[in-house]
Amino acid sequence: MDVKREDLLQLYYYLKLTRRLEDRVTSLYHQGKILGGAWTSNGTEAVSVGYGYALERNDIAAPYFRDMGVFLIRGISAKRIIAQYFGKKTGVTGGKEGNVHIGDLNFGVIGFPSHLADNYPVGAGAALAFKIRGEKRIAVACTGDGGTSRGDFHEGINFAAARKLPIVFICNNNQYAYSTPLRLQMNIKDIAERALAYGIPSKIVDGNNVVEVYKAAKEAYEVARNGGGPTFIECKTMRMHGHSEHDSAKYVPRELLDEWKKKDPILNMEKYLLENTISQKVELESIDSRVKKEIEEAEAFAEQSPYPEPEDGLKGLYATPIEEE
Amino acid sequence: MREITYLEAIKEALDEEMTRDTSVFILGEDVGVYGGAFRVTEGLYEKYGEWRILDTPLSESGFTGAAIGAALVGMRPVVEMQFADFISCAFDQLVNVAAKNHYRLGAATPIVVRAPYGGNIHGGAFHSQCIEGFFFNVPGLKIVAPSTAYDAKGLLKAAIRDNDPVIFCEHKYLYRRVKDSIPDEDYVVPIGKARIALEGKDVSIITYGAMVHTALEAAQALKEKGISCEIIDLRTILPLDKKSIFTTVKKTNKVVVLHEQTKTGGVGAEVSSLITEYCFDYLDGPIIRIAAQDTPVPYSAQMEEAFIPQAKDVISAVEKLMRY
Repeated sequence: MDVKREDLLQLYYYLKLTRRLEDRVTSLYHQGKILGGAWTSNGTEAVSVGYGYALERNDIAAPYFRDMGVFLIRGISAKRIIAQYFGKKTGVTGGKEGNVHIGDLNFGVIGFPSHLADNYPVGAGAALAFKIRGEKRIAVACTGDGGTSRGDFHEGINFAAARKLPIVFICNNNQYAYSTPLRLQMNIKDIAERALAYGIPSKIVDGNNVVEVYKAAKEAYEVARNGGGPTFIECKTMRMHGHSEHDSAKYVPRELLDEWKKKDPILNMEKYLLENTISQKVELESIDSRVKKEIEEAEAFAEQSPYPEPEDGLKGLYATPIEEE
Repeated sequence: MREITYLEAIKEALDEEMTRDTSVFILGEDVGVYGGAFRVTEGLYEKYGEWRILDTPLSESGFTGAAIGAALVGMRPVVEMQFADFISCAFDQLVNVAAKNHYRLGAATPIVVRAPYGGNIHGGAFHSQCIEGFFFNVPGLKIVAPSTAYDAKGLLKAAIRDNDPVIFCEHKYLYRRVKDSIPDEDYVVPIGKARIALEGKDVSIITYGAMVHTALEAAQALKEKGISCEIIDLRTILPLDKKSIFTTVKKTNKVVVLHEQTKTGGVGAEVSSLITEYCFDYLDGPIIRIAAQDTPVPYSAQMEEAFIPQAKDVISAVEKLMRY
């Protein structure tokens, strides 16, 4: 599959946007400006950017919390995301929710619940709706390596496989679930082996190579779109920060991080674009300046935004409120 | 007008809503070819096909999650729990995903979960539970529990048309035991509104589900002793119709709260608490709660009868209250 130059540059742009946005959030967290915690996808951005960018406009994503690239690509702006971190009224959830607990169906993004892999069956349900209605849309659901131990991971894939639903399941295998390494999470080498049990195809991709993730996702999406059923894609990568920014992750061996640092997904992509003369340094720098400006503007917007009123917390419980006489 | 059973009322509601709205579909264990463990969906598979009556894997969290996902993109799924007891396996999807979607994200989640619940059928601990209490403390859900065929049909239609997740508690004991004359035309029973099942002036019995019939039996016996009972059938458990509760309390000044759910921390505790908080000055005496004993549902007929509130328990509670 050939990837067009403009798409490659967009992939680069979203990698940078994701990284810079989350780096800024990390700084703001350490400055005490973020309410609650800050979870980032640092080091694993190629996963969400790759599979998010491969979606069509009308498709549906059911992401997890290290999927900032998906939120941005679908059109949830950096402004609303930083405001969300601040607990502002202009945040994605108007202050009802924090940080990466994001979703907006106007942009085809199902919300992320903290209970990992809950979005596997939920995503399968969206795919079921598309199949019932005969629409050529697909769903994608994502979780981390730890999430693959939960029942919903298995129930979601099994249901989708039995009904050949148009969905692709992504796993961001970043080696650690909070502090728990893979070897204590499961007794298999590749998470992709799990797909065998459900009779669906799987792929293992380099999760630090955005082009590879993008291509694998795009191919799997087309299979799903054309009635071929689900595919499971394991993206092998490495979480370079702690579970969240309060966590120094001392439990991760230094050598492991040093080894993965060399495979940084953004450096990887820069190298790819330059060595293959797809782009030049000056062009990449201009993309980066655009990203920096966008983040600065987003932060200013979030800073200036109002906080919600205490009574806003009583609103919106029901979609069909009960009329009290 | 036609006379139909509680079970037929549920089936008619499903059938009519599926005809009216193509986004309505059913999923659950054995609901298709077999027609469901209680035969509620019998004949619908033949009528609507395998993509609108879906037999699912034995996987309550999986198919409840799938219903939620389908609802988020415009469908109106009706989930059948084979027995309400199995809803515990879908607890997380209902409590953390369905119930919170609209509040957190403004994402309406119009799903109905049909939960065949309750005892008196010698089903033992895993086929007899009242599950409404598990979800009563979860803001964002709605819980309904009809006691009549008329309400079963009307409330199920309202639940399907509602944009929020609704747990529809259908009492298994009532399936073939109660009948009503049902209008031929379309109707709904609004969610959030109790009804007066029997008008009276001396004592209020606030109840729902199968216990409405137990209350009616007790009221008949009490009438012969010259005591007039008013029976409030809550119909909707969450959110409670406070206005109807307070109105009856202010009328009779004596209250019995009756349910088949176990006693501690149950719906009755909340109803009693609301009454003391808002109607204390109207009470002649204590609010008496009659509920199932705080144990799992026992199997043996002798023990199950002792577990589930009986008309005689209601009669003695009312007689005790009449002394105030």
